[in-house]
Formats: sequence, C-alpha cells, structure tokens
Amino acid sequence: MNGGVSGWYRSGAPWIWLVAGAVAVCLAMVFGLLLLLGARGMGHFWPKPVLQANYLAVDPPVIVIGEIADSATVDAGQLRFSAVGAQLDGGRVERQLLKLGNRDITGSDFAWILPALLDEVAYPQQLVTLERREWGNFYGFLSGIQQNGEAVAASSAPAAERTDALWPELQRRLNRARQLRGEIERIERSIIADIDFGAEDLRPREMRLLELNRQIQRDSAIFRIAGGAEVELPVADIVRAYRPNAMNRFEAMGTYLARLFEFLTDDPRESNTEGGLLPAIYGTAMMVLLMSVLVTPLGVVAAVYLSEYAPKGWLTRVIRISVNNLAGVPSIVYGMFGLGFFIYLAGGEIDRLFYSESLPAPTFGTPGLLWASLTLALLTLPVVIVATEEGLANIPASLREGSLALGATKFETLWRVVLPLARPSMLTGLILAVARAAGEVAPLMLVGVVKLAPALPLNTEFPYLHLEQQFMHLGYYVYDLATQSPNVEAAMPQAFAAAFLLVAVVAALNLSAVVMRGRLRERYKALDAGAWS
Amino acid sequence: MNREYEVAGAAAAAAVEAPIEPSIEPAPCLEMRNLSLRYAKTRQALNKIRLTIPRQRVTALIGPSGCGKTSLLRCFNRLNDLVDDCVVTGRIRLEGKNIYSSKIDVTELRRRVGMVFQKPNPFPKSIYENVAFGLRIRGINSRRRLDETVQESLEAAALWDEVKDRLHRSALELSGGQQQRLVIARTLAVEPEVLLLDESASALDPISTLKIEELITGLKKNYTIVIVTHNLQQAARVSDYTAFMYMGNMVEFDTTARIFTNPVKRQTEDYITGRYG
Repeated sequence: MNGGVSGWYRSGAPWIWLVAGAVAVCLAMVFGLLLLLGARGMGHFWPKPVLQANYLAVDPPVIVIGEIADSATVDAGQLRFSAVGAQLDGGRVERQLLKLGNRDITGSDFAWILPALLDEVAYPQQLVTLERREWGNFYGFLSGIQQNGEAVAASSAPAAERTDALWPELQRRLNRARQLRGEIERIERSIIADIDFGAEDLRPREMRLLELNRQIQRDSAIFRIAGGAEVELPVADIVRAYRPNAMNRFEAMGTYLARLFEFLTDDPRESNTEGGLLPAIYGTAMMVLLMSVLVTPLGVVAAVYLSEYAPKGWLTRVIRISVNNLAGVPSIVYGMFGLGFFIYLAGGEIDRLFYSESLPAPTFGTPGLLWASLTLALLTLPVVIVATEEGLANIPASLREGSLALGATKFETLWRVVLPLARPSMLTGLILAVARAAGEVAPLMLVGVVKLAPALPLNTEFPYLHLEQQFMHLGYYVYDLATQSPNVEAAMPQAFAAAFLLVAVVAALNLSAVVMRGRLRERYKALDAGAWS
Repeated sequence: MNREYEVAGAAAAAAVEAPIEPSIEPAPCLEMRNLSLRYAKTRQALNKIRLTIPRQRVTALIGPSGCGKTSLLRCFNRLNDLVDDCVVTGRIRLEGKNIYSSKIDVTELRRRVGMVFQKPNPFPKSIYENVAFGLRIRGINSRRRLDETVQESLEAAALWDEVKDRLHRSALELSGGQQQRLVIARTLAVEPEVLLLDESASALDPISTLKIEELITGLKKNYTIVIVTHNLQQAARVSDYTAFMYMGNMVEFDTTARIFTNPVKRQTEDYITGRYG
C-alpha cells in the first residue's frame, strides 16, 4: 500500500539530496572561483611563446610579432564595419588578442586579430621578449650591442643568427646594469633617510650617484622589430630579457619563478600594470595587524561588560541589539564616519595641538594608516563582541561556581578561569574580523588607501611605524587595476594575480587562526565531552 | 494523588510546630534559625528551617528531589547570592557569627566553607595549578609554600600516590573519581572549617564512590562535613547525623542510627523504607 515514492519521501531522502546539493553548489562556486583566479592570475607569469606571422587583413599584408593574450568568439556582424569585415560571410568567428608590445614605437600594444587571416605563422628561436622599466613589453630580434655609441662584438653572421652570437654579451651587460641599479637604489635610499636629519654631508654620495647614473647609461642594444625597423634601447631600461621560443621547460620555469618572485617582492611599475605589489601586501598586512591590536581588547572588554557585569534590563538588551545591528551597517558608511570623525575632527585636532608648525599642510588630518585601521576596527567591533559574548555564555556555570566556592572574587574568577576558556571564541571573532577587514575596499578609499605609495608604512626610517602615511591595499589594487587602469588589457592578468593573492592572504590568515583555535580547543576538549555543561 | 497532598500538608504542619532535634553533644558549628529561601515569583524553596550542625561530624541531608537540600547547602557559603531573584531570610550562624550580616566578607566565608559539587569541575589547568588555585588568588606564590600545600592537600584527598608523577599534566586527563578527589584536594588547600559535599559521589562508579566515602570518614577528624545525598545507604554508612527534608521543610533531624532504625515521623519512615514517591 505504502508506495515506493511515499516511502522514499518519508525516509527523508529528498531532503538529504537537497542539502547535499546545496553543499555541492557551494563547493563548486568556491573551487570554481579559486580555479579561475589561480589559472588566470598565476598563468600570467609563465613566459608565453611569441609568434611571427603575415597578417592578411590589410593590403599589403603586414608582419606581426606578439604573444596571444586572449581569445573570444564573436558574431561576424560585429566586425562588419572593421577593416576585415568585408571578407567575412556571416556566422560566428574566432578572434584573438595579440599582445604586440613596443607601445612607445607603434602606439598600441594590443590588437584583436582573426587567426584565419594569419599566414606563415612561425615561432622563431631568435625572438627576444624584453620586460622594460617603462612602456611595457618589447618584442624583436637582437641585431647589435653598442657601448658609448660604438658597436661592440660586431658580428658578420647573417641577421637570423646574429641573436645567438650577441645573446651572452647582452646578458653580461644586463647583469652589470642590474648591479649598478642596485647600488643606485641603495644610495638613493640612504640619502632620503639622511635628508630628514640634515646632519650628514650628502655631497660625496651625490657625486657617486651622478657617476653611477652616467655609467649605467653606457650600453644600449639594437633590435629589429616587426616590419624591419631598427630600434635602439638603453640596456639600463631592460628589467628582463628572454627568448621564449628557445626555452626548454626548466628555463621557462626559472623565468616563471623569477617573475613570480618579482611580483611578490618588487614595487609596481607602469601604473601598477607591471612589476610587483609588495607595498600592497605589506600595507594590507600592516592595516589588518593594527586593526586586530585595536579591536581585540576593545571588543573583549565590551563583551565582558555586557555579558558579566551589565544589569540584565531593557537598556542592556537595547545595547546588545544595537551592537548586532552595527554589523549590518554598509561599510561605506563607516568610511564616511572615519573621514568625518577620525580624520577631520580627531586628526585635525591632533594637528592643531602637536603639529601646528607644519599647518596648513596636515599631518594627521589627512587619510592614513592609523585612521584606516581605526575605521576597520570600528567596522569589525560587533563581530568580536558577539563572538566573545557567545563564548562567555558557553562557559559552564559549574566552573565559575567552583572558583567562587574557593573564595575567588567575581573578577578573579573571570580573569583566571572564564577568560582563558573563552579564548577560542575570541579568536573566532578575530578570524571573522580579519577576514572581513582584509577584503574590505569601499571605506578604505576614503580613509587612507591610495593607488601608489611605494614607501612602506613600517620601515627602517625613524619613527619606523608611519601611522600618518597613506598606504596601498590589495583589494583596492584589484579594484584600481580592473576598473581604473588606462591600459585594460595589460592590467587584466595582474588584477587576476592580485585577486588570487588577496584570497590566498585572507585564507592564510584564517587558516592560521583556525589552527590556533584548534590547539586551544584541544586543551579544553574534555570540557566539551558533556559531562557537565 | 490525594494521599500525597495530605502527607505534604501534614509535613508542613509538623515542621512549623516543632522540628525535632537531637541533643547535640559536640559544639554547634552551623546554626540555622527561621531560615527561609524563596526564588522570587516562583516558589518557596525553604520554609523556616531550624537546624544545628555539629562540629567535626558528618551530617547528611536526605530527601526526595526538589525538597531543598541543595538550596540549603548553598546557603552555607552564600553561593545562592549568585542567583538573581533569590531571597534569603532568617539567620545562619557559623561559629556564632551571622553569615548573612553585611559585615561578613563573602570570599573569606567561602574559603572557610568549602564546597564540592555533584559533577567534578576541575579547572582546565594542570593538577598542580588546580590545587594551588586557592592559594594563588590569595597572593601566595612562594614555590616552597605552594609545593608543600599541594602535596599535603593531595595526600589528604588520597590522590597523591596516583598523581605525584604527573602533577603538571592537565587535570582533565584524570578519571571522574580522581577528578572529584582533586576537587576535594583543591578545596582542602585553602584550609576550610566546613566541607559541603553536594551529591559528590553520585556521578561516580561504585569503586570511586567507595574511595570518596572512605575519604569523608577520614576527613571528619578535622572538618565539619555536610553531605547531600540521594543514596540512603551512603548516608547510613558515612554520616553521624541525618536530616530528612521534604518540600522545603525540615521534617526530622537526629543521629543517623536513630533516623534509620527508629524514626519519629511517619514520613521519614516511609522515605527510608522506600515506600515513598
């Protein structure tokens, strides 16, 4: 009588399928996101092969050199009014984004092309990819090296083989330039540090700097680009040179790691689209640390008062509800509050009292690290309070009574028994706070984060921690690259890589806190066994 | 149903008229007069209790669940103060001093009147730190003093031999019975005068229960002990005096021998012979 369907329904199987399905969707979204960010972001550093081909879309055909950056399938109708439109007969066509580089020479470094119109596609071993300090990538054949304007290591070999002959010479000169660059940066830093004190004589160092700058300009390299023109580039402007088509897997891996290392440890170049994002990682970490230092004591103390000492009346209930509601206030509102209250009011007052000699130029009355951390501390305060309160409420009454029965006062009981036991919940609150703060962007734009600030907020210059300084932040870096960059195609891979890094940083912070909480819980595990709770 | 009500009514009447008291030979330690306790808005938990607990003897409080034994016990160290809507009237004197007087220092009272709870509640610290807890909150941090007290207390609680090699391991690793003896040691470390045991053996296995009972017998030379128990055999085995309570009233109090062999009240007899709901 009891049909199969009814029995199946009564067994709860549909619900189990439903909840398992929900979990599966969540997992798919998380891993899909990570996979997308990881592939697009981390793949960016792998040296891509550079192709050379005749492009038939224009008459006469032109030679193009570049790496394929992206591809898309579009409706042919979209291309009707472009140069190649006439040659298409409807349907959908595939087109590719070719990174041509050489922006300083040709004006545009990306172009959409139709792969069907490429002819004589080749991957010449001699093609060189240059990463430059300015103007982005460069592609070409090495055809000569000059020292003080005179050709060296002149080779009579045919043009195609000349690259092979000159390659070691170029690498040698690149190394020399790199060393000189390192010394120049060191001296510049020491001069900047000493200018503030004004005590030491900077003259010898400035002379040395002039000399080094002259030396580094000594070498230049001549490249033949697509179309046959010869271009002279100063070796000092080259960050890295490699021949992607001639590399085996190990060499490619070496270049990949070098580029990844640069990404993690260097300053940004070319309005953040190249180079590294160390200042952004550093700024994010400093801000989150400072915020944790500010929010933890405040949140814990507030939670202790609310849960242990506040009389249980309607006023306490109202306060508790207000605190919970604060967690739902949009973060940009906190940004406005931080700007109005912390920066203009508190910062302005500090300037008037302690930095009056430098007014009207503000010292603290302007967005900076301290105000950003304070704003985020305020934003995450409810999270810490709620988590801590919950933890305090879960401490078994028998433990409190045990302590009180030994003659401990309420405060001693709190300090020696209750608070140590509530540490895992405090950490939970902090984890949530850190995860939220690290990913927050909107309020930070108002209270201290900027697009470019190479000076680290914690460094070797007195007073070491620069609370008033503006700083870079990973979330804002991603936002800026993805939406505000003048060169969208160049910025995209860097934005993906930065997004992946942001997720990784937040995950690492979370994971370390989870491990710490796990350790603490382990110590009290027997308490949860339920013998008395 | 009806019969139960009648019995309850009779008990209340009897208690108000004349609580029965044995002639106490040892000096009184705790004296209650007209002690009432009510949880505001809900119910009367204790009704004009009159009881005198003798010094350095074991006194057992027995009675069915909800009769007020534990409420009474928690008056002795004023742990009921923690309950917000709990109102205590009447007098309790410890060694002649009213403990509900405003002049009394409650933390000092709780040091003098130690308490062990139904389920073992060691702190999530080492065995050593559990026993040293009471001393540390008094500001005693001298290593030698702590070492001595910890050893003495653990010996007094018959636990020293079992834990002397792992004093700095977590107390939570101990078995239930060991944990309960640790809690007793922790209480003894602050040198109390009175020891309150609130069904302290009820959550333990028979062997651990036996050990606790032996311990109680040994400790009564130095301490006044009050135990609350549901286990009548236990009350008969370890106590010198027994008080039977019912519905917040003190029904009968006498030497254990007389309560269990020749009770005066019908209710007491019903309860100890198991004819009682």
